[in-house]
Amino acid sequence: LARTHVNYGVKGDVAVVRINSPNSKVNTLNKELQSELVEVMNEIWASDQIRSAVLISSKPGCFIAGADINMLASCKSAEEVTQLSQEGQRMFEKLEKSTKPIVAAISGSCLGGGLELAISCQYRIATKDRKTVLGAPEVLLGILPGAGGTQRLPRMVGVPAAFDMMLTGRSIRADRAKKMGLVDQLVDPLGPGLKPSEERTVEYLEEVAVTFAKDLSDKKISLKREKGLVEKLISYAMSIPFVRQQIYKKVEEKVRKQTKGLYPAPLKIIDVVKTGIEQGNDAGYLSESQKFGELAMTKESKALMGLYHGQVLCKKNKFGTPQKDVKHLAILGAGLMGAGIAQVSVDKGLKTILKDATLAGLGRGQQQVFKGLNDKVKKKALTSFERDSIFSNLIGQLDYQGFEKADMVIEAVFEDLNLKHRVLKEVEAVIPDHCVFASNTSALPINQIAAVSKRPEKVIGMHYFSPVDKMQLLEIITTEKTSKDTTASAVAVGLKQGKVIIVVKDGPGFYTTRCLAPMMSEVLRILQEGVDPKKLDSLTTSFGFPVGAATLVDEVGVDVAKHVAEDLGKAFGERFEGGSPELLKQMVSRGFLGRKSGKGFYIYQEGVKSKSLNSDMDGILASLKVSPKPDVCSDEDIQYRLVTRFVNEAVMCLQEGILATPAEGDIGAVFGLGFPPCLGGPFRYVDLHGAQKILDRLRKYEAAYGKQFTPCQLLVDHANSPHKKFYQ
Amino acid sequence: ATQTNSKKTLAKPNIRNIVVVDGVRIPFLQSGTSYKELMPHDLARAALLGLLHRTNVPKDVVDYIIFGTVIQEVKTSNVAREAALGAGFSDKTPAHTVTMACISANQAMTTGVGLIASGQCDVVVAGGVELMSDVPIRHSRKMRKMMLDLNKAKTLGQRLSLLSKFRLNFLSPELPAVAEFSTSETMGHSADRLAAAFAVSRLDQDEYALRSHSLAKKAQDEGLLSDVVPFKVPGKDTVTKDNGIRPSSLEQMAKLKPAFIKPYGTVTAANSSFLTDGASAMLIMAEEKALAMGYKPKAYLRDFVYVSQDPKDQLLLGPTYATPKVLEKAGLTMTDIDAFEFHEAFSGQILANLKAMDSDWFAQNYMGRKTKVGSPPLEKFNNWGGSLSLGHPFGATGCRLVMAAANRLRKEGGQYGLVAACAAGGQVCHSSCRGASGK
Repeated sequence: LARTHVNYGVKGDVAVVRINSPNSKVNTLNKELQSELVEVMNEIWASDQIRSAVLISSKPGCFIAGADINMLASCKSAEEVTQLSQEGQRMFEKLEKSTKPIVAAISGSCLGGGLELAISCQYRIATKDRKTVLGAPEVLLGILPGAGGTQRLPRMVGVPAAFDMMLTGRSIRADRAKKMGLVDQLVDPLGPGLKPSEERTVEYLEEVAVTFAKDLSDKKISLKREKGLVEKLISYAMSIPFVRQQIYKKVEEKVRKQTKGLYPAPLKIIDVVKTGIEQGNDAGYLSESQKFGELAMTKESKALMGLYHGQVLCKKNKFGTPQKDVKHLAILGAGLMGAGIAQVSVDKGLKTILKDATLAGLGRGQQQVFKGLNDKVKKKALTSFERDSIFSNLIGQLDYQGFEKADMVIEAVFEDLNLKHRVLKEVEAVIPDHCVFASNTSALPINQIAAVSKRPEKVIGMHYFSPVDKMQLLEIITTEKTSKDTTASAVAVGLKQGKVIIVVKDGPGFYTTRCLAPMMSEVLRILQEGVDPKKLDSLTTSFGFPVGAATLVDEVGVDVAKHVAEDLGKAFGERFEGGSPELLKQMVSRGFLGRKSGKGFYIYQEGVKSKSLNSDMDGILASLKVSPKPDVCSDEDIQYRLVTRFVNEAVMCLQEGILATPAEGDIGAVFGLGFPPCLGGPFRYVDLHGAQKILDRLRKYEAAYGKQFTPCQLLVDHANSPHKKFYQ
Repeated sequence: ATQTNSKKTLAKPNIRNIVVVDGVRIPFLQSGTSYKELMPHDLARAALLGLLHRTNVPKDVVDYIIFGTVIQEVKTSNVAREAALGAGFSDKTPAHTVTMACISANQAMTTGVGLIASGQCDVVVAGGVELMSDVPIRHSRKMRKMMLDLNKAKTLGQRLSLLSKFRLNFLSPELPAVAEFSTSETMGHSADRLAAAFAVSRLDQDEYALRSHSLAKKAQDEGLLSDVVPFKVPGKDTVTKDNGIRPSSLEQMAKLKPAFIKPYGTVTAANSSFLTDGASAMLIMAEEKALAMGYKPKAYLRDFVYVSQDPKDQLLLGPTYATPKVLEKAGLTMTDIDAFEFHEAFSGQILANLKAMDSDWFAQNYMGRKTKVGSPPLEKFNNWGGSLSLGHPFGATGCRLVMAAANRLRKEGGQYGLVAACAAGGQVCHSSCRGASGK
């Protein structure tokens, strides 16, 4: 019988089990793979010739990327998911108890279920390259490691390290994994030999793994790992019940503080680990499978998995391969944005010109890029040599030399239409015909910028988010005239820069700024009603926003917020009303521009972390005070006034065709604007929590405040027919 | 020079013929032995004196002196000049020092070739030196900074305030890096990966190392290593021969643990070259000058190439890249070559290179060539031992390789020699020389 996912061969007395799912770049633990693995292992256990086994993947860059999440999604009940978990547990328990030693030979991603499989084996050998990462990212999908991971990981790396892995979901590189005791041996990747490097490296990994498997079965090496002093101390400390209780407590406190109780998975992970340690394995495994089932059914998990799918979607170029690969990039303006764009470009090997008008401005930008790279050196993500060679891709200059070779120019000059026009004309005089002109703007309509262009089909918007090297989102804006190839080119560059990309139609505020603006207008209103900025911040963060609403204004810049509010206010009229723009105007005139000027709603000082309120704001707020409306000013109402305006505007963007898909809307809101990930984005939120509920809220606020809360037609449609969903 | 079995001439129109009159080296010793109290220029001086004695060349004829070295003694950073002055060369003879890792002496020789070919000089002494018994170990950067600042401090107060910043960790010393600067990988580690990439087994490597030691021993016993000149070390006995040649048994070698990739690597102390002290020197002249002075040159220096590759994965693969290039340049093929002298950094490195040269796949995918160049036949390859057994003083090995090729051509009656060496930074020098045979 031919197997499609798992096969094995025998070398001497060692079985080499090769995992290779057909028609996929990665291996995922699905039902077929699991059942084939069980079959193969049964044959190995039954064979007299075989004394040990090696588990290895035939896929370059991937051991096992995790469990198949569609398998979970298709489950209808918690019980069904629990059963899946128990099947996995049983299989891995067999591996763990195998009398024939099993060596996991890991090259590439070993995540989730892949990690759980690996730690059930008796020995682990990993290639020491950047692609090889081990991790338990389940928490990021709102679930937990459901195939024994919560029980085995703490035993293997100690409780604190296991909590860290499972609660953050962070990926661990091979060399770090070795130090933690997560893998037993490392194999260095090989260069070219008589075969391509990758192929030979995996072959070598297999050879090394086979010798270790042999030595294990011959008892030449012991499975007992030498523990370091620190490890010994930790494991001693963990043997004292009091210490353990303290650790659970501390971790729980920290999790509660960070998740604000909005994410159920981390707390359940702590609970399950605790059960295993305090009440024994059987109780631990049982608890793991039950909690796994419960979590998989939560709205939070569905929201997070939706985001995962959306992210995968937004990492593809649906506009095809551009005619010309962008090799030479030029960026205008070495400010925060320009330098940030330069940094994410040079570190992917793009030759990048960074042009500014002044030497001082340019120097600041170059330093920003250098610092960004150097911080990676400090974190050991780069060597100093790699930093230097990457930094050599950056050419700083004040003139247009070399622009005749540019394939794409991204302008990131000040947000002023006249300036953008001037720059565009200057650039078009020096660039070659095929060169794309991209404008990094958060609100200026691209068609207005393109109005002075000789070749509007080559003009496009690329809206990056600050700080560019940290924020994953890139919003690409196309006008009626932008050609498909130009779009393909912009998406290709964005993907190269490591961005998650949404492509939207041109219009005032595009998608992201347009959703944010009504919410910001409501923020002003709420502040005018006398809610103090700290309280407002805590109300928004406890709803799941990563940054409080008042802080967000400071971070974005009060002047920018004012600009946007005025522009979009003009374009959309009463729907964007709410707070008084006068508030922002007065702040700007007093020089309270937010973090960049040291003062906004808060006072910012270099080196001081805790920020205090800017008392000079009291007068401004007092002079603009309006009285709150008693039936819509509870804490909950304040939260919903903000969120429903956001959601309503997002749905409006889909209705108007600014957005092509709800998935892009969700990704844009979460990755660009910090919309609560536990809600999955505005569209997923409507789907999961019900359009009617949101509609009711909007109607209530509409009655109190007026048209800015009038629900859009598409939302009304969804409320009227409950089977209508943005995601089918 | 008269040629009896000339296949073809490599002389080029309008370019002067350049000859090696002769070359010598002091015995290569494992570091930490008889030379350990000396300084690098002492070794270089001994090599120069040996060369003067061997060739009887009048000191004032020498136009220029060039030495190669790798780990520089900071007190004698232009070690060529210090050694030349000490050896009694005219203080009017300029001297400079070059560095290019393990091919520093090659660089010294080819620099000399350039000077002669361009008509700048007629007579050049080229050589190399390395003293691994003593290496510059520095204070840490923080300590150095404090010491320099102290120098500038004017008042007691300033000094005290500087001293108050002293921390104990300032005292941790900075060792000269044994690793590549660009990759932080040690050479042995790279060699082990290279051997694995070409699937060179531990046994193959041990066998090759044993071959090197056995051939070196034989050559030493038969007195073939005629480039060695004795060196009376002050306060110690006269050193007359290399002391690193130790033929062992495969069983003994198999017992050693891997030195770099533990516990499963294949490169061990026994199949690697060892840290060595030594120096070499060579007298190079324009042919007409040598003949006019009545010399019978030992070899012609013909074509050479330098290549470089990726310092991570192809650090030690240079000979593979350079061999076909230099052959093409000289208009020769593999079969024309009678004596191959390749620098043996590690057994695994040599064997990987031989496999790479014998692979069409490698030639096509990495060298942009249609076919492989072919690997040199072992019976013509490093017949008198190599760096694994004779030792490898980094800066001095290049001259030893050329002299071994020249002396072998004369002894074995061959005509063309080919010399290759790999060096840190992924660079390599390759030169072909023609023995002035028949004499």
